[in-house]
Amino acid sequence: MSDKKKELKPNTYKFDTLSLHAGYQPHKNAGSRQVPIYQTTSYLFDDVDHAAALFNLERGGHIYSRISNPTVGVLEERVASLEGGTAALATSSGMSAIFLTVMTLCEAGDHLVVSSQLYGGTVNLFRLTLPKFGIKCTFVKPRDTEGFKKAIQKNTKGIFGELVGNPGNEIMNMPEIAKIAHDAGIPLMVDATYQTPYLCKPFEHGADIVIHSLTKWMAGHGSSMAGILVEGGKFDWMQNDKFPTMTKPYEGYHGLSFAEEFGPTAFTMKARAEGMRDFGPCLSPQNAWNVLQGIETLSVRMKKHCSNAEEMVKYLSNHESVAWVSHPSVPDHPDHELAKKLLPNGRGSMIAFGIKGGKDAGVAFINNVKLASHLANVGDTRTLVIHPASGTHSQMDEATLKFAGLSHDMIRLSVGIEDIDDIKNDFEIGFRAARKPRLVSNQ
Amino acid sequence: MKFKVNGHEVFASTGGRPFDKKKPLIIFVHGSGLTHMTWVLQTRYFAFHGYNSLAVDLPGHGLSSGKSLKSIEEMADWVSSVIDAVGHKEASLVGHSQGCLVTVECASRYPNKIKTLSLMGGAGAIPMNPELLSLAENNDPKAVDLMMDWAHGPAGHFGGHPVPGLYHINTGTMLAKSRTIQNTLGVDFRACDNYKNGFEAAKKIKCPTLSILATDDKMCPVKEGKKLASLIDGSQVDIIDNCGHMMLLEEADRVLTVLKKFIRTNYPPLSS
Repeated sequence: MSDKKKELKPNTYKFDTLSLHAGYQPHKNAGSRQVPIYQTTSYLFDDVDHAAALFNLERGGHIYSRISNPTVGVLEERVASLEGGTAALATSSGMSAIFLTVMTLCEAGDHLVVSSQLYGGTVNLFRLTLPKFGIKCTFVKPRDTEGFKKAIQKNTKGIFGELVGNPGNEIMNMPEIAKIAHDAGIPLMVDATYQTPYLCKPFEHGADIVIHSLTKWMAGHGSSMAGILVEGGKFDWMQNDKFPTMTKPYEGYHGLSFAEEFGPTAFTMKARAEGMRDFGPCLSPQNAWNVLQGIETLSVRMKKHCSNAEEMVKYLSNHESVAWVSHPSVPDHPDHELAKKLLPNGRGSMIAFGIKGGKDAGVAFINNVKLASHLANVGDTRTLVIHPASGTHSQMDEATLKFAGLSHDMIRLSVGIEDIDDIKNDFEIGFRAARKPRLVSNQ
Repeated sequence: MKFKVNGHEVFASTGGRPFDKKKPLIIFVHGSGLTHMTWVLQTRYFAFHGYNSLAVDLPGHGLSSGKSLKSIEEMADWVSSVIDAVGHKEASLVGHSQGCLVTVECASRYPNKIKTLSLMGGAGAIPMNPELLSLAENNDPKAVDLMMDWAHGPAGHFGGHPVPGLYHINTGTMLAKSRTIQNTLGVDFRACDNYKNGFEAAKKIKCPTLSILATDDKMCPVKEGKKLASLIDGSQVDIIDNCGHMMLLEEADRVLTVLKKFIRTNYPPLSS
């Protein structure tokens, strides 16, 4: 018998278990094994004292489903647990999560440094809409790490970027950019929709706020819109005087200082208490439940998404109709080594590729694939394709398209979890159709 | 609010309400390696109902400056100094875990100052697992992970925080890692391990005392809490089912219900 002393190990639940259980205790919900859908607008107060206690944030609980809802609360806690965060706030979409994050952080006159490689809707929010609220942004290419530092101004309140840029697959050097942000006393906000916490936990690499469009891989089935912001809990809002709305007495809650009172959950508490109260982009309990169903199988699906994506990268890289392929798993991808470090469990299922024959070939390909769905979404269980220059980013002018790293031959592919041979066979149909116009024009 | 004790700045949360010297004072003392944040679901009630609610950060913890105090006895004297520093003559004390050792010692040393004592997850002694103590003293984050594992009951491991959206195991972890582990948790664990006077101190306590214990508490089991309570004259005991050592978060409402009844009865607010 070995006399070796048994090493102490924490037995907190691991990722796959948290995906199924975190945030929910059946014995507090009539023993219901499944998370109940609390389809209600409001909640009874025990008495006047109880009502006042809830409004004063003296105790936890629910008042009105715009602010919080028990089903949505399970989702929030589950995502916070998976990300390694302290708290989370779910919203009606990914865009509303970004908007709420910015409005919780900034006031008129503030400035943000923003990665230029973003979903088209996000670009428009930062470029056109936020200036209407007096919040200005400087865009920096995601690989220009030093550029983020140079762009910081006295009134800069944070850095924002997508960990893997949409749609070009450029990867932000998150640890270095986090250091730049923290040296300047400002938080790093990362949209990690493409990765999900299964592929990357941004808090482990220096991010302070993580945002997801839950509509995508987290929900996974293309059924429901949802977003979420998650707080890492490490950022010290009181280290400087840049964040008075977090640190100074807030008139809207009896002079409460969110940072003093709630510390590692202060940002989420403020986003809920102020943002959900005043803007109200709440998530419906039905959609929260749908997302929870998706999260239960997150790791199973992400493994298949990633293995199918790597197969598609090999297939496309060797295809006569393909001019180029961009995916972090490709050895000559500029961020290949960084991807190994930041995405150890897989490089994701988003592929961008250029089709020979340019825009016309791209249109023919898109119009002829049968299995792959042509639509403006990513992260469905089904394979999705789109031509960004004419779709998601069509509201951009030529110069902005170029700055965003987009070309007219680019096709964005979100690889689903169908049988890989069926996806390849479908693409063969698309490529054959794409070659036809060129054959005609060459005659 | 901030004030000075022994030349060092102290931070104490007032529960979001201004400090008012006319109101009776309740001081909340946190557990090993933690901060005032652990009390957020108890302090705000009292702050809004006729009390000065002060959830302190012990020296070297949270937002308080100075170095961590090395013994429970020093911490007990420090709590007494806090009462003086904020201009009060007396206070009601509430402690959690290590905070129970501190408040028991303080109540025994300063019987005229302490009007009620509320102990959550308390015991007369808290001997530390040697490996856990060593990890904390060597600044190993695994010490925090182990503490969070043992401090939460089986139900608490699933989450289900009373405040929507908060995941309390990660929140507790972040609090315990907010300062250098060896300088907070390491010093606190050693202080707990060294403290041997709890049972003797308990015998000297004369004020009304409440012990809130939890059936799934691995760190200060119910039998240890009951042993301590049995030595305090007229001590009241309340046991929470299906709950671990972090009862003030895991079963925040239940704890608050018991606590507010006890304090309001034995140490009434300025106006009810």
